[in-house]
Amino acid sequence: MSDPVVLAPGVHWIGALDPQLRVFDVILKTANGTTYNAYCVRGEKGVAVIDTVKAEFADTFFARLEAVARYDEITAIVLNHLEPDHTGALPELMRRAPQARLYISVKAQTMLKGLLKSEDLAYVPVDTGDTVDLGGRTLRFLNTPFLHWPDTQCTYLEEQALLFSGDVFGCHFCDGRLFNDRVGDFRFSFEYYYQHIMRPFREHVRAGLDLIEPLRLDLIAPAHGPILRDAPRAYVQRYRQLAAPLLHNEAADRAKTLLIFYISSYGNTARMALAVRDGAEEIDGVRASLYDLQGGEVTPFVDLIEEADGIVFGSPTINGDAVKPIWDLLSSLAVVSIKDKLGAAFGSYGWTGEAVQMLEDRLRGLKLRVPVSGVRVKLIPTQEELERCRAFGRQLAQHLTGRAVRRVIDMSELLKEPSHAQG
Amino acid sequence: MPKANVTFEDIGVTVTVPAGTRLIEISEKVGAGITYGCREGECATCMMKIVSGMENMSQRSVLEDKVLQENMAGRQHRLACQAQVLGGEIVVRPG
Repeated sequence: MSDPVVLAPGVHWIGALDPQLRVFDVILKTANGTTYNAYCVRGEKGVAVIDTVKAEFADTFFARLEAVARYDEITAIVLNHLEPDHTGALPELMRRAPQARLYISVKAQTMLKGLLKSEDLAYVPVDTGDTVDLGGRTLRFLNTPFLHWPDTQCTYLEEQALLFSGDVFGCHFCDGRLFNDRVGDFRFSFEYYYQHIMRPFREHVRAGLDLIEPLRLDLIAPAHGPILRDAPRAYVQRYRQLAAPLLHNEAADRAKTLLIFYISSYGNTARMALAVRDGAEEIDGVRASLYDLQGGEVTPFVDLIEEADGIVFGSPTINGDAVKPIWDLLSSLAVVSIKDKLGAAFGSYGWTGEAVQMLEDRLRGLKLRVPVSGVRVKLIPTQEELERCRAFGRQLAQHLTGRAVRRVIDMSELLKEPSHAQG
Repeated sequence: MPKANVTFEDIGVTVTVPAGTRLIEISEKVGAGITYGCREGECATCMMKIVSGMENMSQRSVLEDKVLQENMAGRQHRLACQAQVLGGEIVVRPG
C-alpha cells in the first residue's frame, strides 16, 4: 500500500490517503476523505521533495519517499503552502535530510517561524521566476499569493511541463487510483473546493491564472485530490470561468449597485427601507435594490453581495439585538470578498434600538467602510423621520458615486456625541 | 495648543484634534473603518496606512516597529493604537 506512484520519468507521488476524513478544517465536508499529495523529483545532481503530509500520515510519506530516494540525496525541500496538512512531516524531514535547502515564498517566512517555533532557521525565500537546478530538471517558482493563504506558491517542472500547484486545482476527494482519468467522479468536489476555499480570493485567482495559463501543461499535480493528467488545461479554464462574475449585471457600466436588505415585524423598518431606496434612487448613477430577508435564501443573496458596491441592512431591535436572519447572512459572507464595499444599517425599535450600531460594528469588522451613521427610529416613522431615511439613502448614493461632501469636524464635537458622528 | 487635521479617507471626514492624540481615539469616535484587537500594540489588528503626512506622526516605538515588521507592513503603515499625531495635515485609511 505504500508504493510511490510514477507521474513521469523521475517524478513520483509520495503522499498519503486519508479516506476516513469527513470534515476538513471545520468548514469543509468531504464524502470520501482527502489525499495529502507530496511529490519527489529526481535530477542528475539532486532530488527535490515538494510538500509533505499531515503529521499523522508521516510514516506513510517517509516509506514512499525512502522507496525512491535516500535522505542524503535530497538537495531541495519545496513548500508550496505551509498549512499543517502539508507541513506535518517537515520537521522530521529536515532532521533526516539536514543538508537539503528549504525553498519557500517570501511571505511564508514568518509563518515558517511560527510553525516550527524557531527563529534559527535556514531557508531560501523565492519569487516568480526563481529556479532550482536539479541537473537536467529545473524547478521554477510562481508566486501565487492568497491561493488561498498569503504564502501560497506553485512550482513548475520546466523540462516535463508539470505544475505542482499546491491547493489550486485541488479538492478533497480520496481515491487510491489517483489520476483524474481513473478515479470516481470528483467534479462536484472540485467545484465545492473552489467555492469554499478560492472564491473569497477571486482577484488573486485571476492573477494566478495569468501566470499559469501561458505555461505548457502536460500534468497538474495539486496538493489534494486527483492528479490531473487527462486534459489538465480544462481545469485551468474552469477556474477562469469560476473566477468571473457570477451574474451579468446589465447596469454595471452606468451605475453603482446598492443592495438594501431588511426585515420588519410591524412594517416600520420596511417603510424606512423603501424611503432609503427612494433617496438613493434620486442620485444619478446608482441602482438601488430592495430585498425582504424573510422572502429569500442566504445563498443567492451572498451571490448578489459579491457583485455589489454597497450593502445596507435594516433591522428592528428585538431583545437588544439585530434579528437572526441578518446575522445569518452576515456570517455567510466569508466565502466572498466584501472588503472596501460600502456598508450601512438602519432600523425601527421599541425600547432601546441597539441593532443599528451592532450591525455597523460588524460591518466595520468585515472591513467594509461605513461612512454614514445609520438612522434609528422609535416605533412608527413620521414623515419627518422618513425624510431622514431618504436623506440617508441620498448620502449613501453620494458616497458610492464619489460625490459625498467631505466634512470637517472638531474633536471636541465628537467627544460630546454618544457614538459615531452623524454622516 | 497645537492642532492637527486628520482625514479618514474611507468615510470622507476630517477631524481637527489636539497634538498628541492617538489615532485610535479619533477613529473610534468618528466611526472610521479601523478595527481593533488588543489596543496595546501587540496584535496589529489596527494596522492602517498613512496616505500622507507621515512626517506629522510620532516616531515608531521599538515595540510598534517590531510588530509592524512581523506583519510585513510597509513603510507607510502604523498601528492606530500607538501612533500619535503631532500637527499639520495627515491622511489615513484602513489597511
